[in-house]
Amino acid sequence: MGAAVPLGCAAIALGPAAALVLLTVAAEPLLVIVLVAGAFVWLLSLLAASLLWAVSVRLSGREDAALLLLGAAAAVLLQELCRFACFKMLKKADEGLATLSKDGRSPISLRQMAYVSGLSFGIISGVFSITNTLADSAGPGTVGIHGDSPYYFITSAFLTMALVLLHTFWGIIFFDACERRRAGGLGLVVGSHLLTSGLTFLNPWYEASLGPIFILTLCTGLWAFSTAGGSFRNVLKCLSCK
Amino acid sequence: MITFMNNSDSEEEPCNERTSLMSAESPPVPSYQDGLQALEAGEAQAHRKRRAGSSRGVNNIAGGEMSGSGVPVRESALENEEEELTLKYGAKHVIMLFVPVTLCMIVVVATIKSVRFYTEKNGQLIYTPFSEDTPSVGQRLLNSVLNTIVMISVIIVMTVFLVLLYKYRCYKFIHGWLILSSLMLLFLFTYIYLGEVLKTYNVAMDYPTLFIVIWNFGAVGMICIHWKGPLQLQQAYLIMISALMALVFIKYLPEWSAWVILGAISIYDLMAVLCPKGPLRMLVETAQERNEPIFPALIYSSAMMWTVGMAKPVTAARGPSQQQTWDAAEDGRQHLRSPSHAESQMSETRSPVPTRPATSLEELEEEERGVKLGLGDFIFYSVLVGKAAATASGDWNTTLACFVAILIGLCLTLLLLAVFKKALPALPISITFGLIFYFSTDNLVRPFMDTLASHQLYI
Repeated sequence: MGAAVPLGCAAIALGPAAALVLLTVAAEPLLVIVLVAGAFVWLLSLLAASLLWAVSVRLSGREDAALLLLGAAAAVLLQELCRFACFKMLKKADEGLATLSKDGRSPISLRQMAYVSGLSFGIISGVFSITNTLADSAGPGTVGIHGDSPYYFITSAFLTMALVLLHTFWGIIFFDACERRRAGGLGLVVGSHLLTSGLTFLNPWYEASLGPIFILTLCTGLWAFSTAGGSFRNVLKCLSCK
Repeated sequence: MITFMNNSDSEEEPCNERTSLMSAESPPVPSYQDGLQALEAGEAQAHRKRRAGSSRGVNNIAGGEMSGSGVPVRESALENEEEELTLKYGAKHVIMLFVPVTLCMIVVVATIKSVRFYTEKNGQLIYTPFSEDTPSVGQRLLNSVLNTIVMISVIIVMTVFLVLLYKYRCYKFIHGWLILSSLMLLFLFTYIYLGEVLKTYNVAMDYPTLFIVIWNFGAVGMICIHWKGPLQLQQAYLIMISALMALVFIKYLPEWSAWVILGAISIYDLMAVLCPKGPLRMLVETAQERNEPIFPALIYSSAMMWTVGMAKPVTAARGPSQQQTWDAAEDGRQHLRSPSHAESQMSETRSPVPTRPATSLEELEEEERGVKLGLGDFIFYSVLVGKAAATASGDWNTTLACFVAILIGLCLTLLLLAVFKKALPALPISITFGLIFYFSTDNLVRPFMDTLASHQLYI
């Protein structure tokens, strides 16, 4: 495929994440640490899910779509569980930082940590989804030679981008819901994660999977924006300042 | 080995910003383990000249030790403040170590994935004499364990020898070895590396050009590492030689032996630094008694540069906030901390303070708090990630998982350093996480993710 496809797909899939990291996270060391810690926690959840799937495949003796569906669902639930663990950990860290600081306020807010932990989940999830695909796309081959869709790479890239953004938004909403003890928010996050993962099962019928996923991303983004305290007026104020 | 560099109250040497490792500033305690690795490296190199490309050098013994902030005199009045500031600086130091470790790993992984030379099997080191080309699994396992035993025993012997050398003040000997080992790394290994890279990309280079390039690279490297040079150039050279060493290890250590050796050396590291009779601990104590710094080469220093006579742009922004944190009653040490303190808070979302150029002397003498990490740590981290890249069936996920695991291990180790404030080994936690993640990702996660990817499913 030459260099165009892997570079282009990498830019699509990880470009927004890279921009977000460079602009918002890279300058603050504590946030970088939160980023890496979030990635580690996600990896633990993936490990648990893979273990579950491997055990179930070994026990049932066959490897079929139903087990994969169950494995994916387990992975989603474990990810959300680990997101909760992340919340607990960061809340403690926030309190610790607050007590350490001279004026009793921690240098980074829980909201910032929510955003960064969501972003970290998104980045590591996206990177794990797409790196092998990108590496393969740099090599020789014909996409879809056995009758599969020829748009595999580009749709993968867009799906990964959507997932990265979704994880970021879910992080913000989840932490806010945990903070305010609203089960509704939690349920909606878990539900939308399951929905997203379920929609990808409709691949390669991309109209049914990519379309709704992007609409979901947009809605979740708006919801996260309002959760974080944003509103139409804020946007106008921000734009008019320039 | 990670060390804190604190200014002792009495030894404030200004205008030392060009010195690579500000050895005069560093208190005796931290530096010793670092020097150890250097010594071992020197020894190993000297032994191995006949074997092309075989070297064990830098890493061996000290592997990774962290010396905590060895502040000799602790005044109780300042203790709490110090703790608070140490923890605050902790995040900055973690990042200052994340970056070079990441860079080293990137260099190693990029080389492994592109240059085929480092994944080809071309013999073994003399320190791993047992071959792994055996028919049965049990025999192979046995051979790798025996290889590990041989390697670790050599390391122990070398460490003890070095401790004795240091005890009996054979400094010239040690210096000579250090110089010899870095000569070998900077010239011979660089030459081999450059040759292989040129071969991979099919680029022709004539010998005169090659000679000039290698000569310049090596000479500047020797100067930067052993004498004086810009801090960032020295850091870059240290990263490069760590990567070269790691590549040699990846090439010449047989598969299973490499993993067992990684595990064994982190256990050894743990014991050598923490046990009362451990060689490295004895070295630390000897150095402490003598109150002298150790050899600056082969330790990575993340210290901030001093600015004398000119204000860095960032200093300007720090000026007013520094005023706020200044307290006339505090001693000079506090004053020196303020700039860094303010700097670490610069990126906060507090209201921006109007700035003016910093001109006062206190601001110019920037706080020299930094963390030193032994090159052995770099090398073994990179060996782990490089081996994951080389042998994990072309899978990138394993490499990435190991990378994250090592970074988290480093983070935790630095956290422990901030809490315990004494010499700590940097290898055990990271290598343990790395090994766990390598084997679990390669065997459990990879099939799961591959199956998902083949159906274009996302979780």
